Amino acid sequence: MIFTLIDIALLTFMGATAFAILRLRSLFAVVMLSGIYSLLAASMFVALDAVDVAFTEAAVGAGISTVLMIAVLALTGEREKTPAHTPLLPLLVVILTGAALVYGTFDMPAFGDANAPVHLHVAPRYLHDSFAEVGLPNVVTSVLASYRGYDTLGEVTVIFTAGVAVMLLLGGRKGDDAGIKQQPVDEDGDDRRADSKDLDGSGGAA
Amino acid sequence: MLQAILDHFNYWIAIFLMMIGFYTVVARGNLVKKLVGLNIFQTSVFLLYISMGKVIGGTAPILDDRFQIYSNPIPHVLILTAIVVGVATTALGLGLIVRIRESYGTIEEDELDLADGET
Amino acid sequence: MRHHRVLRIVSKLLIPFIVLFALYVQFHGDFGPGGGFQAGVIFASAFILYGLIFGLENARKVAPPAVVTRLVAAGVLIFAGTGYAGLFGGGNFLDYGALRADPVAGQHLGIMVIEFGVGTTVAATMITIFFLFAGRER
Repeated sequence: MIFTLIDIALLTFMGATAFAILRLRSLFAVVMLSGIYSLLAASMFVALDAVDVAFTEAAVGAGISTVLMIAVLALTGEREKTPAHTPLLPLLVVILTGAALVYGTFDMPAFGDANAPVHLHVAPRYLHDSFAEVGLPNVVTSVLASYRGYDTLGEVTVIFTAGVAVMLLLGGRKGDDAGIKQQPVDEDGDDRRADSKDLDGSGGAA
Repeated sequence: MLQAILDHFNYWIAIFLMMIGFYTVVARGNLVKKLVGLNIFQTSVFLLYISMGKVIGGTAPILDDRFQIYSNPIPHVLILTAIVVGVATTALGLGLIVRIRESYGTIEEDELDLADGET
Repeated sequence: MRHHRVLRIVSKLLIPFIVLFALYVQFHGDFGPGGGFQAGVIFASAFILYGLIFGLENARKVAPPAVVTRLVAAGVLIFAGTGYAGLFGGGNFLDYGALRADPVAGQHLGIMVIEFGVGTTVAATMITIFFLFAGRER
């Protein structure tokens, strides 16, 4: 009973926050609300027994994402303009898609049902045998690092690739696009900029 | 009736959040706002997965002699890595936005279309 | 932020504990919630806090970009290298059981090493991305 109340309250808060994000035009407020939204999502994940996921969401969504977005707002400005075209067609598409998805949920097993198909296949084996095979009490770590280690290697490679891509996009000096030949070749790959500023200049954002 | 609603409430909220994210991506012109919308969309998928992994009366999948019922650990593993990959790709998107702003002087979709039409 | 005395002192007090917590999450992830992904992000957040409060210039001295950039690749190499170590030990790729005579001890060692690799890549990537965004001139 208490679980149901917490579940409904947190989900309602998440819905309200998301709606506020959609409506607001001040991007600074939007970014702050998206941090709150992530924190609510993390609380929701704790309630749903996914403590590792909640931990990650709290550190990543409410922490790093917000800092990065604010850093970008300091570079791009924090006011959203009203779009010129009418939102009727997007609204129609969204409502139709949502209705189709809601129709799809009627075939899904009830929330929290222990006999749902997802719980009957691979998961019992992990829960039952992983302690004897891997020797760790945290099943999530066992599955992440050992049973699905190949998968995790792929994920780490994706993070590596994204990091390299950001380095390629922002590593050079501003205004170097015109002449690639003028790009200073830096063997360390870092950006030694004489006048690198700190975040003092980011105004009220930080 | 009430039970039927409670059985699907998590899924419906996940869909509602997903549609809000979808609408933000499609209908809003500001690129930063679109990225926030994409994040909402992403979190709704996380919520859907984790909701499906929940077992009523279960506990977090950290083995202990005192518990017999655990929630399903597989969605947790999938979503755990997806969150970190998500922030890495968000950073990539933000990097692109910064470069677009430097090249075009704006991050509003309408103005970008105009600028592309003129050149 | 240089002039905010409260922020400076509080963050100076907090940063060692953030790093300590990151290391706890990293190496205790086998037994409780946590692991390389979370620890990497928390570790990076300590450096980001330092950069926000004391300026990017000082943060670059603490975590030189040349070193951090190399760590991004080092983590992936540690992970893949552990996979190959299993291969040379007579098992399959990423088969940690082959790392030691006792398969469970091998699993434990393998998971410890690859979680360290994951943490290194995640932390270094986040720090690098923060440096790049914060160092960009308007």
